Amino acid sequence: MSKRVVITGMGIYSCIGTNLEEVRKSLFEGKSGIVVDESRIAFGFKSPLTGMVPVPNLKNELTRRQRISMGEESEYAYVATREALQHAGIDESYIDANEVGILYGNDSVSKAVIEATDIVREKKDTQLIGSGAIFKSMNSTVTMNLATILGLKGVNMTISAACASGSHAIGLGYMFIKQGLQDMIICGGAQEINPYAMASFDGLGVFAEDIEHPESASRPFDIDRTGLVPSGGAATVILESYESAVKRGAPIIAEVLGYGFSSNGGHISTPNIDGPAMAMRRALEQAGIAADEVDYINAHATSTPIGDANEGKAILEVFGGKPFVSSTKSMTGHECWMAGASEIVYSTLMLQHGFIAPNINLKQVDSGLEELNLVSSTIKQEIDIYLSNSFGFGGTNSAVVVKKFNNE
Amino acid sequence: MSNADIKQTINEILVEEFEVDAEVIQPEAPLRESLDLDSLDYVDLVVLIESNFGVKLGEADFAGMTTFQDFYNVIENKILAK
Repeated sequence: MSKRVVITGMGIYSCIGTNLEEVRKSLFEGKSGIVVDESRIAFGFKSPLTGMVPVPNLKNELTRRQRISMGEESEYAYVATREALQHAGIDESYIDANEVGILYGNDSVSKAVIEATDIVREKKDTQLIGSGAIFKSMNSTVTMNLATILGLKGVNMTISAACASGSHAIGLGYMFIKQGLQDMIICGGAQEINPYAMASFDGLGVFAEDIEHPESASRPFDIDRTGLVPSGGAATVILESYESAVKRGAPIIAEVLGYGFSSNGGHISTPNIDGPAMAMRRALEQAGIAADEVDYINAHATSTPIGDANEGKAILEVFGGKPFVSSTKSMTGHECWMAGASEIVYSTLMLQHGFIAPNINLKQVDSGLEELNLVSSTIKQEIDIYLSNSFGFGGTNSAVVVKKFNNE
Repeated sequence: MSNADIKQTINEILVEEFEVDAEVIQPEAPLRESLDLDSLDYVDLVVLIESNFGVKLGEADFAGMTTFQDFYNVIENKILAK
């Protein structure tokens, strides 16, 4: 018999706030986290715009051995996970006594790889790279570090699925728990923020270049949108079986109802309409709900011309113009491997606090998308069910449906 | 660089990078146990000595090394032989 899957904790480390309360406030106020990183100009970037987070200071909290194996994405994930575990009321003794898993989205470790390679090029001696580099230089760096630090004994792996990594991690965590294979899984997504990680992406010419107005550069669904703004950090969600949450007496925040996935079967970077529409339909089917039961859609919309247009059409095809729609990337920029997880956190904060965060910088909706019920300034609105979209290179699509928890 | 300078630099590196208390570092104290070194830590020790003194420690150097004084001696000799 399949199990109900609930969210009992969340943590966030993003450019619009480094904890849940800061992020809730920024979402409500429609605050942008985008800045100009001057070093990117000297490095050769077309656009120096990026989301930025502070460097976490973990010196008094983790040992040297633990820290030297962690790149920035693992540090962000650690801070987000620490908040999520605390939020869920999970302490060290619980993890010692129970099987807790981790499924985290991550799809690059550029800085670690390049720095290690630079040392070998200069020194001609691999031993001089140091012992931490290998553990920083693998895509699974977040899960290998967090599983070791926290002493986890459950499922342990990284999900790499481009800009849908974090969403698929949550979707797969949902599947594991639903099938009764695990009772609790730490799910999330992390994204490094440094020029190495984004140089080749910048080279495609798909980043917004409005240097004079960083806060309004990301304009999903606007007719004058010019491209995305890269960003990063980490977001963690504690997924748990309903039985486990009740047994612990944990406060249940929301319930994951469905996870839909698909692949476009087409171009490596240009998205289509059918693939995303299929993922959304599957998520609804799995959730056992009708399209008109969805109150809010957190769109993937990254502010690229073709991506937003095709997603908008897919949403209209599946849902029509009823559900409220916004892209929080208008504030955060595109948090890439992290985005699918952070947008679950953002949307769940809206669900908890009864508002819909705005799609800022939306002045004129793109032609053909006028029927979308886009939210351009914050509205106070109870959300019972939302759907969060995440799509990535290679045509990978993920849609997750979440409902406010009620004990029915 | 005098032997006293070398010793002081090594001690500073160990306190700073290996995060050990300065009082743990005594010439006759056992290096491995005092610093709680595992196989990965030896790699980092090699990196730190190379970047600070320009000399490379090999497996054979560690084989006959027991105390901090042995460690100082090996590095001093390597620097002299440069």
